[in-house]
Amino acid sequence: MNDSASTILELSDVVRTFSVSRGIFKKKTKLHAVSGVSLSVQKGQVWGLVGESGCGKSTLAMMILGLLPATSGRITVNEKALHQWHQRNLSRLIQPVFQDPYSSLNPRKTIGQIVGLPLRVHEIGSKEDQCKKVKEMLEMVGLSPRAYDSYPNQLSGGQRQRVAVARALIMRPQIVLCDEPTSALDVSVQSQILNLLIDFRQKLDLTYLLISHNLAVVEHMATHIAVMYLGRIVEMADTDSLFANPRHPYTRALLKSVLLPEPGKRVTDPNLGLEFPNPFDLPTGCKFHPRCSEAMPVCRITAPDAATSPGGYVECHLYSETSTQDRNIDHSKEIA
Amino acid sequence: MIGGGLLLLICLAALAAPLLATHNPYLGELSDRLITPFWNSGGSMTHPLGTDSLGRDYLSRLLYGARISLIIGLGTAAISGIIGLTLGLVAGYFGGRVDMIITYLISVRLSLPTIVVSLAVVQLLGGSLNVVIMVLGFILWDRFAIVTRSATQQIRSQDFVKSAQAVGCSTMRIIFKEIAPNVMNQFIVIATLEAAHAILLEAALSFLGVGVQPPTPSWGLMINQGKTLLFFKPWLVTIPGVALFVLVLSINLLGDGVRDVTAPEQRN
Repeated sequence: MNDSASTILELSDVVRTFSVSRGIFKKKTKLHAVSGVSLSVQKGQVWGLVGESGCGKSTLAMMILGLLPATSGRITVNEKALHQWHQRNLSRLIQPVFQDPYSSLNPRKTIGQIVGLPLRVHEIGSKEDQCKKVKEMLEMVGLSPRAYDSYPNQLSGGQRQRVAVARALIMRPQIVLCDEPTSALDVSVQSQILNLLIDFRQKLDLTYLLISHNLAVVEHMATHIAVMYLGRIVEMADTDSLFANPRHPYTRALLKSVLLPEPGKRVTDPNLGLEFPNPFDLPTGCKFHPRCSEAMPVCRITAPDAATSPGGYVECHLYSETSTQDRNIDHSKEIA
Repeated sequence: MIGGGLLLLICLAALAAPLLATHNPYLGELSDRLITPFWNSGGSMTHPLGTDSLGRDYLSRLLYGARISLIIGLGTAAISGIIGLTLGLVAGYFGGRVDMIITYLISVRLSLPTIVVSLAVVQLLGGSLNVVIMVLGFILWDRFAIVTRSATQQIRSQDFVKSAQAVGCSTMRIIFKEIAPNVMNQFIVIATLEAAHAILLEAALSFLGVGVQPPTPSWGLMINQGKTLLFFKPWLVTIPGVALFVLVLSINLLGDGVRDVTAPEQRN
């Protein structure tokens, strides 16, 4: 990290709950999709946000894009709170690349129209300028100019994702938020898209927020990683230290679950059990304790505080100074 | 495509009615009353489809009547289409309370019997072509609204809507420029169905005597005026009846054809 690095995106204690009605006669229950996420992204970093389905990654993404208000907490972009940004101005700074290129491109529009939409909405340049810019952008993402007049259904999945990247980058945003950019693609195409994203990071000086459930993808790209579990970031570190020394039991389980392209190798059991906790009825204490192989009595009672670890922090009683004492007290109680 | 061809033929005939009609559809010779069509003995080619009880040339009236039917069909589909499309898009896009209100409106509309309401309104306002189009237009929007609403709900959850929001598109732009083109398939199919429906309703209203008023040549009215002679001069009823049948069939076939062709997966 150099000196010119500045905080471009900051989340502090962001919470998002949804009121969900479950049946006519039942009271509306609150679903905690994101509960207290803090994150500080410096310019030029690539943050990988990992976690299994339902842990709140995509909700977080929607909030950062300004499409979903946070229930509480602060999101600041370029040191200005998100709700103070006008959506039009914000959209010049942050652009998304979505998971499924089959649903992220309007099937009724030509590629030229899709990629040029941001320019048209923001009225940048004349029609000829826009057309030229779109064609340049298509070339940059490795599509032939012929694609300009074709419809999305005439392109392959990989080509469609290139179109999505082109649309996100045409306004030269500073932050690109990729929500599972490769998980809908064939394995052979995944690396092409990732390399494309890496290229643009240097060329256009971008900051990425990469959401994924695949640690292998994240390892390839990210400089920093945040591991999410049930709406909280349970471990945060730079990529090297996280992969060298995963601390949180959940992170270790995730690392174990990465599939390797070796035939004959069985799927490893991450030792997490089969049940995903009910998000309506969260476990007490540490939310991970029902699935944790190293759970201690204290885990059931109190939620762990963040303990600093090399390059970040980890929320686990195993590493917490204070809870070590708590653990002893707990033991003494049990004995008594 | 048979439907399209037939419809085109009828449209051309209606447009070229002044050229094709051999007689004035409004003026009859009382001495030429009730001449039978050419295929019956006693018929002649001066009046190929015969004349009605006032001696007016039946073919000419049929041609001019096609204009009325087509205007009713198009006009009604346009008015009810705009109402239904807007309501459906808004309900499907916003959901929640807006959706609840619009769904309620649709239910209210569905609980009104079409023919009775149109009878009452046309009776109140007096029958004329414009009144009939307006009344039918304001009644037949329900199917447009229902279909557009559910199609919009499906499309709304797709990522391209999110990305349009993230680009900073206005809500109006998202609804009408991003989502609306995607419901056009269903819209066109419903439009053809409702146009045919409107044509039949107009014929029914005219038959009951409250629709288009004589001497305007409307097919429903022709059937109405021929019904007293049904047993003696059956062709007075059959000819406009068959015309109505062919027109409605061709529009429906066209709708089916459009649906088959415009599915986006098949576009190349």
